[in-house]
Amino acid sequence: MHHLSAAPTSRRRARGALAILGIAALALTGCSVADQSGAGDGTAPATTDGASGASGAGTGGTVTVMTHDSFNITEEQIAAFEQESGYELTTTAPGDAGTLVNQLILSKDNPTVDAVYGIDNLSAQRVIDEGVVAEYASGALPESAQDLVVEDRLTPIDQGQVCVNVDEQWFEENDLAAPTTLEDLARPEYARLFVTTNPVTSSPGLAFLAATVTEKGEDGWQDYWQRLLEGGTKVAAGWSDAYYSDFSAGEGQGAYPLVLSYSSSPAFAPTTGVVEDTCTTQVEYAGVVEGAKNPEGAQAFIDFLLAEDFQASLPENMFMYPVDESLELPAEWAQNATLVEDPIEADLRQIAEKREAWLEDWNALYEAAS
Amino acid sequence: MSLVPGDPALVPTPAPTRVPASGRAPETGTAPPGGDRADVVPGRWRRAAGPVGRGLVWTVVAAVPLAFLAVFFLWPVGSMLARGVTNAAGQLDLGAFAEVLAESRTWRLVGQTLGLAVAGTLGSLLLGLPGAYVLYRCRFPGRNLLRGLSTVPFVLPTVVVGTAFRALLAENGPLGFLGLDQTLTAVVLAMVFFNFSVVVRQVGALWSTLDPRTGEAARMLGASPWRTFVTVTVPALGPAIASAGSLVFLFCSTAFGIVQTLGRPGVGTLETEIYIQTTAFLDLRTAAVFSTLQFVVVILAVTLANRFRAGTETALRLREPTSHPLRRADAVPFAVTMLTVVLLIAAPIVALVARSFQSSQGWGLRNYELLGSSAGSGFAGGTTVLQALEHSVKIALDATVITLVVGVPLALLLTRPVRSRWAVRAQRLFDAAIMLPLGVSAVTVGFGFVVSLVASAPQLAYSGALVPLAQAVVALPLVVRSLVPVLRAVDPRLREAAAVLGASPGRVLRTVDGPFLARGLGLAAGFAFAVSLGEFGATTFLASPDYQTLPVLIVRLLGRPGEDNYGMAMAGSVILAVLTATVMLVCERLRPRGAAGTGAGF
Repeated sequence: MHHLSAAPTSRRRARGALAILGIAALALTGCSVADQSGAGDGTAPATTDGASGASGAGTGGTVTVMTHDSFNITEEQIAAFEQESGYELTTTAPGDAGTLVNQLILSKDNPTVDAVYGIDNLSAQRVIDEGVVAEYASGALPESAQDLVVEDRLTPIDQGQVCVNVDEQWFEENDLAAPTTLEDLARPEYARLFVTTNPVTSSPGLAFLAATVTEKGEDGWQDYWQRLLEGGTKVAAGWSDAYYSDFSAGEGQGAYPLVLSYSSSPAFAPTTGVVEDTCTTQVEYAGVVEGAKNPEGAQAFIDFLLAEDFQASLPENMFMYPVDESLELPAEWAQNATLVEDPIEADLRQIAEKREAWLEDWNALYEAAS
Repeated sequence: MSLVPGDPALVPTPAPTRVPASGRAPETGTAPPGGDRADVVPGRWRRAAGPVGRGLVWTVVAAVPLAFLAVFFLWPVGSMLARGVTNAAGQLDLGAFAEVLAESRTWRLVGQTLGLAVAGTLGSLLLGLPGAYVLYRCRFPGRNLLRGLSTVPFVLPTVVVGTAFRALLAENGPLGFLGLDQTLTAVVLAMVFFNFSVVVRQVGALWSTLDPRTGEAARMLGASPWRTFVTVTVPALGPAIASAGSLVFLFCSTAFGIVQTLGRPGVGTLETEIYIQTTAFLDLRTAAVFSTLQFVVVILAVTLANRFRAGTETALRLREPTSHPLRRADAVPFAVTMLTVVLLIAAPIVALVARSFQSSQGWGLRNYELLGSSAGSGFAGGTTVLQALEHSVKIALDATVITLVVGVPLALLLTRPVRSRWAVRAQRLFDAAIMLPLGVSAVTVGFGFVVSLVASAPQLAYSGALVPLAQAVVALPLVVRSLVPVLRAVDPRLREAAAVLGASPGRVLRTVDGPFLARGLGLAAGFAFAVSLGEFGATTFLASPDYQTLPVLIVRLLGRPGEDNYGMAMAGSVILAVLTATVMLVCERLRPRGAAGTGAGF
């Protein structure tokens, strides 16, 4: 067989190719790790490894902060914090706000971070009840945010509103008046134009569900949702599905001119607006983790989040409004996306107690409707 | 590739795991675990390394992948499951099982999971087999391009695929008239979209090296092309088909994003239920029940596939890859493949590419120009898409090396001819266990990392150093599954003959298994790289915020308002897709060839 005779050459080539692969791999391997522990493009003075973190305790040491994955901080801001406070900052962002809370609860017996940022009002009470955050009252808290503090444990950092957004152009072209109330949405002519997000898998969806319970009452919300779903309201898995694929003013030019989104969204889509009556408050909090190794560092970080520099960067970096209401908003925001007066305020205690029951009931309604 | 000149080789030789008929079995009871045994001249083997030495070598070889899987898979997943089956006092509490299993909804979810996965697997096989033939056995201009194109879906983040599919299928979309938006058909189509290339590559790699003369002989003896296919080709391809089929089944049965995004509202699967129970309710007891059900499904699927594989596994006459120009007889598979590639694979990708060139300023390169900047749409402390791409490539290279370091010894171990019952069992068990990482919910693994590795070594975890290791766990099953069929095809008599001629076990490994291994290595490396590059679940949990990978960044960009962010996500996806296709093509080219080359047919 000629293959047998060809074998030595073939083998030599095989070995050559393997050797090249191996050398290339060796040359490149370890680079992701080396990159990260070196002064890559990350935190300015490089993340410390375990050993130097421990030995650095005398000189300030490291403060480890867990955030949700929308947290956005510039390198300049990190450098400023580290210089002012003397701590080195390490952040970890395991997922969305829900993942954050779960992770805190799962590791509460053995906390691995000092501070947490990104807990929203829907989980605030639950986090406190679980005992995962320690007391801290920041002296840096602006006047306008005093009444947002939860039990002296969670410090408000930013706020926003979840609102039904309207493709105003669509309603103009179709010669239809846009809905103005929560009740309007459930009417047959509007219900089929509305895409919301699943409260089980998306946080704006849950905020909206809590808002409907607040407005329609414990006895009335199911009937309201029944009318929405039977009327043809679409439930998307998450915000990007709803806004980008289904919303008629979104990038995908979908079929629904009403979408559950945020009060800030119109800043990025000038032909849209919000149904003011549907807006519900969203607040994001930071806290010192109970049992933190570096509680002082955690406190310093929370103070930093409340300082003017970080507060002013919130709209640009995180699409949220500062809790310091004395600060000016960017021009597009001031023009098209201000916070609505008198939004729906869900009761935190009630959410903590009923959230799971609501979600289960909602899911049953939803599965029955489809 | 037969050593014995007179070997007729038209009749497949017995399965290599079986003892050759001529074999003596004098020392079965005392055989070292996993030890190689050459029945013909045991003395020589012993002289070369000694049974104890060999056993030791293979034990060490086995220890590396075992330890790796134990730390990076069993420990995290076990920690989560343990929390689900114990109560506050730490005692075993299986009460949730009775509750959950008594609900009819549970069984509806099981049914939906199985139904979708079976449909997705059958669809992938039905379209993938002609694809494997056309793209690996036939020769025509543009073939390599199509091969590359078919791999692209593999690395695209599901959310991007969801967006691309919805863009086509939505009421207002170009294919809206089909009425497929938000249907189970759309989910199955997306499953085929993702897994077509798994079948094409795994089956194609083996198909291209089958000796065509076997089929030709059957034809000459009067068999119809169909009969030849069914009686000669399919049995020869059996191991690869079973291997690819079980992989696809696992991918389909744990699909999450596409079920949520594309599916009929309210239709869930075990995977979506585990996600909901874990993230929305943090109800680990219920989640543990569903995870157990998922385990059962996975184990059944793997066992079934292994049984089928064992029944068909034969030593094959493999050759350098051969292909022939398209013939008239190839018209049907060619047409099927073209339709699949154009309508199913290319259409969503084209939609994606087209969208990446559209921005507020009309058609153009604006979205691509933005990739290098974080100004205006700043993200994660200034990580740009291009930086994320660099991170992704580096991490994926690390992960590929780790996967190969673990996977190659594992594949060799799994294909050693062993004889003691103990060793055979261990081999089978290991063979099935290696698939488990694909059958476990990403959210279980993710939170599992939190309660195990992150809790024990927080600084290490927060540095992001665990990311390539976690990705390697996900890539390992694919790598092993693509190496094993090739290695199993080694005629055991080759090894015996080599031993007879005085080769040491190391030399047998090098000279007999080596070329086969090298042949599969390019494909395996390509798969490992592609899987690592596209990995999302574990990466989100473990990546350091200032060292994000591209898929994670793309998903996060899609979660932000503003046209530029959307455009950058599309452009980033296109770059990810192009990179993957290129890497897969290069990896296949790296496959060593015979001196004669392959262009000339035989």
